[in-house]
Amino acid sequence: MENQIAIKAQHLKKIYRRGIEEIYAVNDISLDIQKGEYVSFIGPSGSGKTTLINILGCLDNPSSGKLSIGDKEIFSEGKTLSEKDLTKIRRELFGYIFQKFYLIPTLTVLENVLLPSTFYKKDGTENHASELLNMLGIDKRKNHLPGQLSGGEMQRVAIARALVNYPQILLADEPTGNLDSSRSHEISEILKDLNQHKELTIILVTHNMELARTADRVVELRDGVVKL
Amino acid sequence: MLSIYKVSYKNLLRKKTRSILTIIGVGLSAWVLASLMGFNQGYEASLNRDIDNMGFQVLVTAKGCPYEAATLMLKGGTGLRYMKESITNLVLVNPEVDKVTPMLMHAVFDPNKGESGGMSAYLGVDPETFPKMKSFLEFKQGKWFTDSKALEVVMGYEAAELEQREAGDILLIPDKNIELKVVGILKRTGTQDDGTIFVPIHALQKLFGKTGELTGLGIKVKKDANIAKFEEKLYELPDVQVVSLAQVKQTIMNLVSTAKVMVFSIAMIAILIAMVGVINTILMSVFERFQEIGILKSIGAMPWDIFKLIWIETFILCILGGIAGTGMTFGLSKTTEFLIRKLLPYTPTGSLIKLDFNLIAMTMLTVLIIGLVSGIYPAWKAARVRPLESIRSELN
Repeated sequence: MENQIAIKAQHLKKIYRRGIEEIYAVNDISLDIQKGEYVSFIGPSGSGKTTLINILGCLDNPSSGKLSIGDKEIFSEGKTLSEKDLTKIRRELFGYIFQKFYLIPTLTVLENVLLPSTFYKKDGTENHASELLNMLGIDKRKNHLPGQLSGGEMQRVAIARALVNYPQILLADEPTGNLDSSRSHEISEILKDLNQHKELTIILVTHNMELARTADRVVELRDGVVKL
Repeated sequence: MLSIYKVSYKNLLRKKTRSILTIIGVGLSAWVLASLMGFNQGYEASLNRDIDNMGFQVLVTAKGCPYEAATLMLKGGTGLRYMKESITNLVLVNPEVDKVTPMLMHAVFDPNKGESGGMSAYLGVDPETFPKMKSFLEFKQGKWFTDSKALEVVMGYEAAELEQREAGDILLIPDKNIELKVVGILKRTGTQDDGTIFVPIHALQKLFGKTGELTGLGIKVKKDANIAKFEEKLYELPDVQVVSLAQVKQTIMNLVSTAKVMVFSIAMIAILIAMVGVINTILMSVFERFQEIGILKSIGAMPWDIFKLIWIETFILCILGGIAGTGMTFGLSKTTEFLIRKLLPYTPTGSLIKLDFNLIAMTMLTVLIIGLVSGIYPAWKAARVRPLESIRSELN
């Protein structure tokens, strides 16, 4: 089967100004991510990987360059999107996992998973939430509060929450940053499994080389550019 | 299904103590507000009832302070002024007059009353005219005296309870060493009559050396008579002042209005404090959840969704505060009434705080408006959180 492009980035730049000094957090990066591909970004702190993933994930506008997701042109030269427009794209296409799990402590596991559907609901999310909890092996904990879960279980809940609205692309920013090696391995297996069996496009940012190597492609960044 | 209301409600459970304290703050202001509005309704209703139960529409008293006259009319009083009994005939010649009843008020200090003594109010009344004017008075025991010189008394319900007297018993006037026979005990009326000891007028005049003198003359005006014109005619009489029911009501309401302004100011301050409390609680909660709000936006919440989420939290706090406040209004109405009675110079005998559905609805509506207004700024602040800022603050 011929691969389709999920994300196409062309000459992306992100410039921050500190007084008269210009800092290129992302400097002329072009890359294609295929549909169903699992890409990991690695690099030292300040290499621009988080800035890049924020732009790819429509959390931020680039200073210049073009970005398309599927057939949709998101950013092009001189065109930036409002916060509202970015939110529309995000909730339609993306799922996000962060280093901190950001589960609401007074909502149960199931309620936390269903939280995105409070704001934007696609058909069948309730059944889907239960299926996801089952798939991630935490269905027995669905009525527990986050405070009663281990770190690994909490990250699984966060993954289920990211997937509940059927995203096309999953962005994971340091998903194992708060977990020990055993729990990190579990999460790594889950991501790999989601990519292989659900054909989910995954973009991962990590410092963890072992986790990065589970991806189809590893992209190393340094000083805002892709290291070849 | 998870609704935004449930999420908001559960958010408030995170800091239970803070939420409860805010609810108490809103509840206290709702209590003050509802009690004040209940007092506005109740006081006027009780005053009208007291005045209606007097049996006459106009009172003529000796010239003096109008407040004293109003107090005399409603409550009896000390430091009284006297006018000649002959005034009765001068009043009776007016065609507007239906009936008149002369009265002599006298207060006596009774050292045996209560723990440290108290005043006993004796009202000398004419057995011919007074019972006809006060035809609504009912007897628990006995009946009215018939001789205006007889050493007999009719006791109001509370006066009889206090003195522990029944019809047929003897009542001793302190200092005078004169025994009066109790011929009747009135049923409870809920007015100042309950605490009054009624004595035949000529007997009372003789007992206290006020022969031929009165403290008041109650006048019942004919149905179609022009009361205002009649009052003008009465003012032509020498050294009297005329107090009409409308005037009495106005005088009392003037006295009360100062207290009302004070209580209303307190209510306003309480409401402002509650508003600041709600804003503070919600704003703190927004700042504490800065990152989380950003994450909610990254998972699909629009600015309006976040605004709604925070606004609903304010709404819930205020609803619960309003319910607690109206509950307190009902539960503590007796205490509130006791405090108001301590504060005001004159209070009618009936219930001072009238609570009804409209009042509760008004209180809840006010509290909700306060809540919604208070919630605007924190909700707007939260709605403006950008997901990227929250993610950056995570990194920092």
